[in-house]
Amino acid sequence: MTSQGDKVATNTTSPEQVLDPTLGDEREPAALEANGVHAWFGDHHVLGEINLDMPARSITALIGPSGCGKSTFLRILNRMHELVPSAQLAGSVMLNGVDIYGRDVRATDVRRRIGMVFQKPNPFPAMTISENVLSGLKLSGVRVKDADGLVEETLRRAGLWNEVKNRLDQPGGALSGGQQQRLCIARSLAVHPQVLLMDEPCSALDPTSTGRIEETMNELVETVTIVIVTHNMQQAQRVSNYCAFFNVDEGQPGGIVEIGTTQQIFEDPTDMRTADYVHGRFG
Amino acid sequence: MSLQAVRDRVAGSGSPTPGKPISPRSFNTKDIVVLVCAIGSSLGLTWLLFTQILPLQGSQGFLIIWFAAFLVIYYAAVREMDGKMMARDRLMGSIVSVVAVAVTVPLILLLIYVTAKGLQFLRLAFFTTTMANVGPLSPVEQTGGLQAIVGTLEQVGIAMLIAVPLGVMTAIYLNEVRGRLQRPLRIFVDAMSGTPSIVAGLFIFAFWVQNHSFSGFAASLALAILMLPTVTRATEVVIRLVPDGLREASLALGSPEWRTTMKVVLPTARSGVITAILLGVARVIGETAPLIMTAFGSATMNLNPFSGPQSAMPLAAFQLFRSSQTADVERAWVYAFVLILMVLVLFVLARWSAGRQFARR
Repeated sequence: MTSQGDKVATNTTSPEQVLDPTLGDEREPAALEANGVHAWFGDHHVLGEINLDMPARSITALIGPSGCGKSTFLRILNRMHELVPSAQLAGSVMLNGVDIYGRDVRATDVRRRIGMVFQKPNPFPAMTISENVLSGLKLSGVRVKDADGLVEETLRRAGLWNEVKNRLDQPGGALSGGQQQRLCIARSLAVHPQVLLMDEPCSALDPTSTGRIEETMNELVETVTIVIVTHNMQQAQRVSNYCAFFNVDEGQPGGIVEIGTTQQIFEDPTDMRTADYVHGRFG
Repeated sequence: MSLQAVRDRVAGSGSPTPGKPISPRSFNTKDIVVLVCAIGSSLGLTWLLFTQILPLQGSQGFLIIWFAAFLVIYYAAVREMDGKMMARDRLMGSIVSVVAVAVTVPLILLLIYVTAKGLQFLRLAFFTTTMANVGPLSPVEQTGGLQAIVGTLEQVGIAMLIAVPLGVMTAIYLNEVRGRLQRPLRIFVDAMSGTPSIVAGLFIFAFWVQNHSFSGFAASLALAILMLPTVTRATEVVIRLVPDGLREASLALGSPEWRTTMKVVLPTARSGVITAILLGVARVIGETAPLIMTAFGSATMNLNPFSGPQSAMPLAAFQLFRSSQTADVERAWVYAFVLILMVLVLFVLARWSAGRQFARR
């Protein structure tokens, strides 16, 4: 993997500043567009020919059985895929029309614009709640003028402010699982990403916490484009505007079977496999 | 459901009293009686063997036969009362506990012995005076150790300044950078940890002392060689324990890899890294052999580690032990005791500072 220099360290004013003008205005939610994406781990071809538009200001859900490459695809969208030593890929991913795999685009810039929330809540244990929120800025070398204001604003956006406002100095690991996950969302939001990728963000949480996070997603979609991988059909139906159904056949790379609006996928799918999957007949 | 309701239910179900809480794994009175009886009868049997039946002698043999007899009797007794499975469980439990206690016995004896020998002649003046005006015939109460305390602190301190950054960076290379040299380097570090300390001392003597002079710094160089593999391997182990999820989370925020290492991986492994450094210090603070041909030793104070012979705690103890005067040999015990004390203080300080992770602000 490539070691990125410390270019962003010279940006010492505000997080709203444009990092890399070639990637467009970073204050607007952006559309993502995958064109002919393939992925390999070593010789194993795991994803074949993915073409998917993820429009701005919308939630796109990636559904499908385990092992069909949804998470791999999600990690390709913010250049996390290349961190695996044997990983390779082909095709292009466009962020507002600019290829994030272009030669002069830095992976660190891409990842700041395209944030990620993981399956398991992973707040930094050595940091307090407010430090966790600000960690993205600290880690990309950006100094903030109004740190307290940003912490409050971000925690409010993630729907966590009222629960933690009196204990911002406590370690992030002391929160409950659902709160930790919302803290991780806040941490991603603090760097003002244009796109937020969520890899089964609720699979380790109880229904109440899941509901809170879905609420948060619905509030965020005006300002951030969201792509979510989920195994929970009801969740996909509740939160997403668009759905892409992934599937994999024995010995074949995984791929997209059907793309459509959520209503279309759930109520009137064109492919039998999609119908079987969304109605719980397999997977 | 209220507590009363629970009681009513229990009463209603035909049970005359509320059920007594049971704890299936606890050691009850009967078990204790069996254990005590087994210890007593095995002691009696062994005593009988040693004094009445066989011409045996020696306390080690007594303890071993006593333990063996205890195991047999205890196993048989528990098997008779609670069955085979419980008996096997108790047998293994007894062996493990006795071995665990036996391991700590030599260490505790050593501490008691050194404390008893050293404390006897330790006076406050030890920490304020040097050996400059103390001859072999002076009374033992007249012992100065300041020159050795200063020497040890300087030598180990400088060795740490050299070995800790190198060791931690090597560990980062081995675990975070994962370059092409990873495997050969790890083998090399492992081999290096087997370096005999006298060889490290001779090496520094040949390459540094012969061209310059005996000095505390030369001792630091030798100690750093010994410390480096310990710090590297221990740090590598603790930073490998940092979950990959944290690295990914950090990289996904747009962090360069070096910042992820500095601000996420190392702080998360903080207390482990401090332990690794402590292990390195523990490895060298008692080293004597490499100091003989590097620091050389001195009875007078030498504050400058870069020139001239310097004393050190283990070195001074070694040199005093070799004296023909009993007073000097007694002094060596004082040095040994204070050295243990220094290690203890350093460890407590380091642990205390490691535990203050969230108390800093």
